[in-house]
Amino acid sequence: MGARENILARIRKAQGRAGAAPTEAEMAAVREAIARHEVGPQPPFAHAPDRLAQFAKECDRTGTTLATVASERDVPAEVARYLAANGLERSLAGWGAFAGLDWAGAGIAFHNRPAAADDRTGLTGCFCAIAETGTVLLLSSPAAPKVTALLPETHVCVVRKERLLDTMEDSFALLRREVGDPPRAVFYVSGPSRTADIEQTIVIGAHGPYRVHVILI
Amino acid sequence: MQIQSMFFKKRASEKLDDAILQGNMKRAKGKFVDGRAKAVAEFGVWEEVRTHAAKVRDRALANLDAYLVEFERNAVRRGAVVHWAEDAEEACAIIAGIAAKNGVRKVTKSKSMVSEEVNLNERLEAAGVQVVETDLGEYILQLAHEPPSHIVAPAVHKSKEQVAELFVRAHGKPRLTEIPAMTREAREALRDHFLTADMGISGSNFVIAETGTTLTVTNEGNADMVTTLPRIHVVITGIEKVIGTLEDFATLIRLLPRSAIGQSITNYLTLTTGVKMPGDTDGPEQMHIVLVDAGRTKLVGSDLQEMLRCIRCGACMNHCPVYQNVGGHAYGWVYPGPMGSILTPVYVGLENAGDLPNAATFCGECAVACPVKIPLPDLMRKLREQQFDRKLRPWSERMVIAAWGFTATRPALYALLSRIGARVARWMGGSEGLIHWLPGIDGWTKGRDMPAPSGRTFREMYRQKRSGASHGR
Repeated sequence: MGARENILARIRKAQGRAGAAPTEAEMAAVREAIARHEVGPQPPFAHAPDRLAQFAKECDRTGTTLATVASERDVPAEVARYLAANGLERSLAGWGAFAGLDWAGAGIAFHNRPAAADDRTGLTGCFCAIAETGTVLLLSSPAAPKVTALLPETHVCVVRKERLLDTMEDSFALLRREVGDPPRAVFYVSGPSRTADIEQTIVIGAHGPYRVHVILI
Repeated sequence: MQIQSMFFKKRASEKLDDAILQGNMKRAKGKFVDGRAKAVAEFGVWEEVRTHAAKVRDRALANLDAYLVEFERNAVRRGAVVHWAEDAEEACAIIAGIAAKNGVRKVTKSKSMVSEEVNLNERLEAAGVQVVETDLGEYILQLAHEPPSHIVAPAVHKSKEQVAELFVRAHGKPRLTEIPAMTREAREALRDHFLTADMGISGSNFVIAETGTTLTVTNEGNADMVTTLPRIHVVITGIEKVIGTLEDFATLIRLLPRSAIGQSITNYLTLTTGVKMPGDTDGPEQMHIVLVDAGRTKLVGSDLQEMLRCIRCGACMNHCPVYQNVGGHAYGWVYPGPMGSILTPVYVGLENAGDLPNAATFCGECAVACPVKIPLPDLMRKLREQQFDRKLRPWSERMVIAAWGFTATRPALYALLSRIGARVARWMGGSEGLIHWLPGIDGWTKGRDMPAPSGRTFREMYRQKRSGASHGR
């Protein structure tokens, strides 16, 4: 017998169940328990009356900066302002969804491709955002390369206000409704990369971005 | 990691005399304990979520085989290969085999305690594979050729001066004095490795049965590099990590970073399910998940099963007065502190780690801090009982306990002996009322005095009080 059979048999014996592997009835019971998707208790601030204020508060805490624009057309101007304010070069790698905006008009070189190691800024959208923790959620897909949010020193993320949810559980419900199975990577980003591994001193920019800037539409 | 737990007493003494370590431990203690306390205070429903978390962990553990099979079914459906390993040797052989079959020359790793358990790095290096640890703390320790001393902050025992020295030797650059500059230098050194590795190895804090998902939790983003960039992703994790649903994960992740370091969420949480999908520009072509037993089924169905709920947050060690003073290396294996004092004896044998269940004051702080309500002191007590039954403690200690047991179950004898004992102890205390030396436990009295008792037993005083009270009526 292989390791799998031995391990399963040992578990069953130790827990007083007969046989070498789970029965159909046991498997059905497990699937039934899973299908209930029971939601546990959530902290009161997860359902804040002002969802946007809660999101802003948590972004502030994790080090994500926040700007609001009226429509998608205004994104390039806000990106230009942000890059200038931080002394960053006016060039970025971005998701194809934003390729059609007037980047030249804002004086920015937009590269419609996944970010490479030497790109300084990456521009992404997101699947949704979560107010409880100040998080943006990215789903990997051909149109949404994860590396664009990971390799550059600056990550700019565009969030539509109607995609702002209260909790992580809400994001799972939306995922099941709109996508079904989770894609290969479900990526929750809450602020820039950090470490505290030397003397428990927090340093921003360990391996991922030094800066995360969210533009709310 | 080679087991050194049999030398706990000797190593603990050395650590107590290590001035640098004492300074480093003192600094860390405040940050961990205060950070968690603040996060718990503002959370509002901490106890409710703890109770629910214990329930969801128990639910999967109660039918562990079925949950594992359901996880496997869904992971395979998404293109992952699921491997099962009975022990450390089998886990290493599986991963070394994957590396050999695919011509892997370089591996990047994000922190995995299970890989420390099974000595994976050593095994891969012996096969000619370069292994690069990418969590900053683990990277520092790899340079120092040391094992981690904490499960969340592996290099907590190191000072920045010690790190600076290691970096000078490894990077060949001028000595740095500031922590941000050191972090920057490590980032640059590791970037190339991320981009050129053939295989990424990560752990998985939980595995989710519903979707066949594994996951990583980091602040640095190193796990995302490791699980996204190389063409092969290998996950190594314990069979006890399985949970039912994404919602169960949401509950547990509210507790994990808060308990560990007082953070409401880590900067990165990534659920990884299967291989690169058609058209994806990033992600691995192969995903292998290695489910490791290596002692875990010894806990299943035993009176220590609650230990399998553990989510590896480190709160028990952060709050342990013994850990705070001796640090993680004294415990002599991968898992230090209270959780290690239960896992180590079970995984490597009680006879090799006899001091660990006794390296506790039973103050109970660990049980209070545990986010999944593991009754750690009770479990340590059960291991002590096993030691007594299996005659693993010294003859003298067993005789004392046996004598105590004999006396305590005979009230008249107990009353007589305690009367004598109380009077002798009072006499030993002399005029200052302090006992400087006790026979058989002179190690305990070497560093402190015991206040002498009043000379009368509780029962004597209680009887007198009762009779006094009835006279007054």
